[in-house]
Amino acid sequence: MLKQLLPAIRATIILSILTGLVFPITVTIIAQFLFPKQANGSLVYNKTGQIIGSQLIGQQFVQPQYFHPRPSAAGTGYAGEASAGTNLGPTSAKFILGQLDDKNTKDIDKSFAGIKQLSENYVKENCLSSTELPPVDAVTRSGSGLDPDISQINALYQARRIAKARGLSLQTIASLIKKHSQDRQFGILGEPRVNVLSLNIALENLDHE
Amino acid sequence: MTQDSLTLVPVPERKKTPLLQKAILYRAFIDSFVKLNPLVMAKNPVMMVVEVASIITTILFFRDLIIRTPAKVLLFEGQITLWLWFTVLFANFAEAIAEGRGKAQADTLRKSRKETIAQREISKDKYESIFANTLRKGDTVLVKAGELIPGDGEVIEGVATVDESAITGESAPVIRESGGDRSAVTGGTTVLSDWLRIRITVQAGETFIDRMISLVEGAQRQKTPNEIALNILLAGLTIIFLLVVSTLLPFSIFAVRAGGCGQSTDMFSLIALLVCLIPTTIGALLSAIGIAGMDRVLQHNVIAMSGKAIEAAGDVDTLLLDKTGTITLGNRQAVQFIPAPGISETILADAAQLSSLADETPEGRSIVTLAKQFNLRERQLAKVNPQFISFSAHTKMSGVNLNKKQIRKGAADVICTFVREQGKEVPAQIDKEVSRIAKSGGTPLLVADNVRGLLGLIYLKDVVKGGLKERFAHLRQMGIRTIMITGDNSLTAAAIATEAGLDDFLAEATPEKKMQLIRKEQEGGRLVAMTGDGTNDAPALAAADVGLAMNTGTQAAKEAGNMIDLDSNPTKLIEVVQIGKQLLMTRGSLTTFSIANDVAKYFAILPAMFGSLYLFSATNTPNHGPIWALNIMGLHSAQSAILAAVIFNALIIIALIPLALRGIHYQPMNAESLLRRNLLIYGAGGLIIPFPGIRLLDQIIVMLGLAPFS
Amino acid sequence: MTLIGCLQIIIYSLLLLVITKPVGFYMTQVMEGEKTFLEFVLGHLERMVYRMSGVNPQEEMHWTTYTYSLLTFSLIGALFTYTILRLQGILPFNPMSFSTAVAPVYATSMTPDLAFNTAVSFTTNTNWQNYSGENTMSYLSQMLGLAYHNWISAAVGLAACTALIRGFARQSVTTVGNFWKDLVRSLLYIFFPITFVYSLFLVSQGVIQNFAPYTVALTVEGIKQIIPQGPVATQEAIKMLGINGGGFFNANSAHPFENPTPFSNLIQMLSMFILPAGFTYMFGKMVKDTRQGWALLAAMFILFILGTFICYYFECRGNPNIRVQHVETSTNVLGDLGGNMEGKEIRFGLADSALFATITTDASCGAVNCMHDSLTPLAGLIPLLNIQLGEIIFGGVGSGLYGMLIFAVLTVFIAGLMVGRTPEYVGKKIEQKDVKMAMLFVLAGCFSILIFTALGSVLELPNKSSINVPGAAYNNVNNTGPHGFTEILYCYASSTGNNGSAFAGLTGNTPFYNITSAIAMLVGRFFMMIPALALAGSLVQKKYVPPSSGTFPTHGGLFVTLLIGVILIVGALTFFPALTLGPIVEHFLMHNSKLF
Repeated sequence: MLKQLLPAIRATIILSILTGLVFPITVTIIAQFLFPKQANGSLVYNKTGQIIGSQLIGQQFVQPQYFHPRPSAAGTGYAGEASAGTNLGPTSAKFILGQLDDKNTKDIDKSFAGIKQLSENYVKENCLSSTELPPVDAVTRSGSGLDPDISQINALYQARRIAKARGLSLQTIASLIKKHSQDRQFGILGEPRVNVLSLNIALENLDHE
Repeated sequence: MTQDSLTLVPVPERKKTPLLQKAILYRAFIDSFVKLNPLVMAKNPVMMVVEVASIITTILFFRDLIIRTPAKVLLFEGQITLWLWFTVLFANFAEAIAEGRGKAQADTLRKSRKETIAQREISKDKYESIFANTLRKGDTVLVKAGELIPGDGEVIEGVATVDESAITGESAPVIRESGGDRSAVTGGTTVLSDWLRIRITVQAGETFIDRMISLVEGAQRQKTPNEIALNILLAGLTIIFLLVVSTLLPFSIFAVRAGGCGQSTDMFSLIALLVCLIPTTIGALLSAIGIAGMDRVLQHNVIAMSGKAIEAAGDVDTLLLDKTGTITLGNRQAVQFIPAPGISETILADAAQLSSLADETPEGRSIVTLAKQFNLRERQLAKVNPQFISFSAHTKMSGVNLNKKQIRKGAADVICTFVREQGKEVPAQIDKEVSRIAKSGGTPLLVADNVRGLLGLIYLKDVVKGGLKERFAHLRQMGIRTIMITGDNSLTAAAIATEAGLDDFLAEATPEKKMQLIRKEQEGGRLVAMTGDGTNDAPALAAADVGLAMNTGTQAAKEAGNMIDLDSNPTKLIEVVQIGKQLLMTRGSLTTFSIANDVAKYFAILPAMFGSLYLFSATNTPNHGPIWALNIMGLHSAQSAILAAVIFNALIIIALIPLALRGIHYQPMNAESLLRRNLLIYGAGGLIIPFPGIRLLDQIIVMLGLAPFS
Repeated sequence: MTLIGCLQIIIYSLLLLVITKPVGFYMTQVMEGEKTFLEFVLGHLERMVYRMSGVNPQEEMHWTTYTYSLLTFSLIGALFTYTILRLQGILPFNPMSFSTAVAPVYATSMTPDLAFNTAVSFTTNTNWQNYSGENTMSYLSQMLGLAYHNWISAAVGLAACTALIRGFARQSVTTVGNFWKDLVRSLLYIFFPITFVYSLFLVSQGVIQNFAPYTVALTVEGIKQIIPQGPVATQEAIKMLGINGGGFFNANSAHPFENPTPFSNLIQMLSMFILPAGFTYMFGKMVKDTRQGWALLAAMFILFILGTFICYYFECRGNPNIRVQHVETSTNVLGDLGGNMEGKEIRFGLADSALFATITTDASCGAVNCMHDSLTPLAGLIPLLNIQLGEIIFGGVGSGLYGMLIFAVLTVFIAGLMVGRTPEYVGKKIEQKDVKMAMLFVLAGCFSILIFTALGSVLELPNKSSINVPGAAYNNVNNTGPHGFTEILYCYASSTGNNGSAFAGLTGNTPFYNITSAIAMLVGRFFMMIPALALAGSLVQKKYVPPSSGTFPTHGGLFVTLLIGVILIVGALTFFPALTLGPIVEHFLMHNSKLF
């Protein structure tokens, strides 16, 4: 084994430099040249040039005049530095029924909205009729906690609330949703979806027009 | 010397034992208990685990008896304990019964080894009487008619008929004489006529009969490579299931805590599950299968020096078969007289007959017989004062001198030389006839005399044994190549090989060529089997993976081979190969069956063990929680389910003993169809059978009230 | 299940089968030492690496030398990474100042046990992560400490498997190849070119590749949002191709910066299977009977597709407990965005998530694009079982095929006797030593999984103890009830199987779990690789036995069926009881609305 030690050390040094430094640095240079926007996070800027987010990273919206993203388990919601899902299983009471804040832990908020609260809340917020059920993506948290998209049905169910809050016609909102809907990639891959950030920016722009 | 001159000594004939015999059963029954000795059990890891499990449950049972556990619980525990012991006993019984047949045979053999007195030579013509068991290697003894030969040895002087039925079971006496291939004698056989001077070649206690006794008794039985490999697999599976079962306790403790109800698994259920899961079926029957394999070979009157040899026989890829005696009837027969131009068939027949009158070989006799068709009857030979010239290796021809007339018969080249020596021509046509006969697999024998020159040919034909073609075809299907070994030239060899349906042949074989062929085959990764009897066969027999020596053969040949055919019938090699295959197939099939069985046992025991966990509502009956849904067999209760599985597990061993002893049904076919068939029977069967089996036992247990908890 | 979902699975399958042969063909070229079309670019570099490492690539090695080289190299690599992780605070490429006094509040500290676990995890190709990348690792740690192993551990697996294949392909010799040559050639000719193109493709889809500090954005609603940065694409590419699975971010391939589009998702799924699939072809090619390779691929593929559809079916059926809260989950209404969407991304939906979950656990990858912890019980059983079967359904780079070959050896041994011959596999007789090594391989796996899970389910430790802060080992679960048990079982299965995916609710970053799971990873890697190499050493000395009609045929449908049967029965018999107390009972409880 000792006879193999020296080659092992030398190989580790040279191969780590090749794979761990030379390779990523080379690719970074090429990527920055070929795809500068994507390589730096597909950032979205406002008119003043300030970064308001990333096209790919979902962000929190709670105000009624915006489309709301899915609930998030990343930090306090859409925290980019803490991507995470709930990791709650299908028979978890916390997941289904939610959890109230523990009075013993005053400094940390331990409350958690379960499917029950999220569903009730969604119905209330969007004034759903008794035959209209919240779509499942609206009450479940994504794996990353940063899901930038919602389903089209989810967006449509929210349209009434937004139309009301913004004083716009349902028609306008619906056509806006349609415009910002992404179909399956190449018509087959993935799922049709609506990017919440682009939709909300479009809403804002609608106001400014 | 004729048969009539013999003074026949009656000897007991060895009986073939039926599969199950009262005496054997009784002995096996006793042995099943003797084998409980842990030192004996340790050789079989699977059954050792069962024995340890039985001991543990026994202790727990008595503990519970003392602390006055409710009778219902005790009934369950007692039954489990009992059936675990039965499982061990059944396994022992299987092994004992397989050994029993060998032991019975050994007893018969022992009778012939009874104390004999040997006449040891001290100096020339001076002998002393000593006990046979004090004989040493190199001693010389004298054995007279009616005496037992005291040990294995070689005849150095004399010719005698010997009764070898004590070993071979064959009552017809054989001739033993000094020199040549019939010089070996075996201790325990009886000289019937005349006398023999024998040099003892084997130390007392190591004689053939001693070895045979220990072989059939299984005393020296060593595990074969395949068996060891299988044992490793079974031991590995046993360890896996030990892990599985022992971790179930902590897993169930977690479940009790998490679900807030139920009990963690109890020791009896865990042990029951363990015993059901480990491959007890094959573990119990494995050694029985091996012993039975050797026994089956023995039933064919073949002694295998080790189980390994039988296994190797199953693996054989190439069979080297001697032409004479194996493929052909051993003697050629005259079928036609072909006269030379200008010679009548009668003249040829007459000369042929005359020259063969003294020829006692089967060929010679067949010539005389054929000549009788030409109305040639035996004549007054005395008038012509015949002088018979017998065949010698030097002249390579035989014949008769009648006054001045010399009639000769022999192979083509020597007779042609003879004819030319007499100043006569050899007709050109004859050459054609010679090669025509050779091509068709026959042997041309030329007949000539010194007056008329060449008289013509006798067509000697090799007669191929019946039914061989089909058997070779079967072997081919199983991927075994057959090669004929013959001293004939390649033309003749090719013709016979084709007629008998062999794959290949080795013509003009010499011992060296034979060795080369074996080496070549082995280098190509193939296993070779062959038969042999002569001393010059010994190196090849030793080199071959399976060497079947003829009992009539020399001591050297018998020592070189790893099997000895007591009947000296070389065709038996094929049977041996089939027995080898059957042995491996039986092992494989029962292993598959055993492992496949486990699936059903899970569905019996797991719901029973975990039924009390995670009850989700008050409507759940205590032992029928969500996991009870896995009880797809609809078993009555947790107790009856566990009992049924354990009992099934024990009974299946008993049920499969006949199969293990007899070997699974064997039909020659190619590997793919063989596999499909066995897989369907033993794989799918093993998967399915336990379901109705356990269900039925459950029903019976409930009917008998043996599982009072519901 | 929806039509489009099934179609997505079928398209994936077809693409996989189409690329198997060319990839396998190229791999054979590389590993047989033949000149490839990249020779003129990389040949010089190859010779330079040998020279600088001081190895002679022509030297043929006995299996023991091969194993020593491999072990020494892995050990040095583990120490190297441990050092980098512990020293990351004072090393460059650390714009977020992790492991220093000025680290952001959300940063996790790199404790010795976490560094040990992580170093072992990446060395063993497991990539189990008890940390969140974006708040623990500096860019240097990611590239040099972790991604280095993504390359190396894959190349090591590839080398080991090549040695085993040589065991079958060569005859009557004692050597199985040269470790350094196998390592360097696979690295340079297989991993380098593919990863290069692959990283750039990922950037084009939106994966980031930079060395900038994290960006702070002010969202539309005016809240601060931190947007992480880093050299993600290069690491992502080799993480998938090398079947490592250790994400740059906590959310792994569910994170939009790791896997931004359905297209990138498709390629990531393909990249997990191409090398193991190619390996089957390479095997056939090297033993000079490609049918043997296709048979193994068929067995793998059938097990894979069965698993995928079971997983997909149960995800579509969803969770009745969600339904009763007046939520629409029907896939008839919502398509692939119905069913059980907890822990899933909208852009992938049910089919691509179930497919990814099956692939990542078939291959010992462990990257996830949905949270396995939140799968419905029987859908979650599939990834768990895939791992427990020994990571042989495609499996890791090399480790998958050598595992599968070991099962082929076992199959041939168990059932092969039924044809009445000593079993043979591709012309090599399977004897005592071979069975011993195969059993050691199987035993090592189930020993580690079962014993550690047993420990995790019952071990009592004092509350707030230094070895496990939550106290008893079973307190680390995020879910109570049978799901908690599944979390522990999954942890040790994943560690032992060198998978790295998780029922991530389990709190793994405590000394107890860091150390026990690291041991499980070491057992799963080396106690399975060494028997495989020993098997190579045993086989390579044997003569080749030419097949005859009496030989057990190992290329037809019958063998494939049998192989699948043995894998399922051995796996099922070993783990069925444990699964009964985990996902199976949870399934019944879920349908009876029992919550914990």
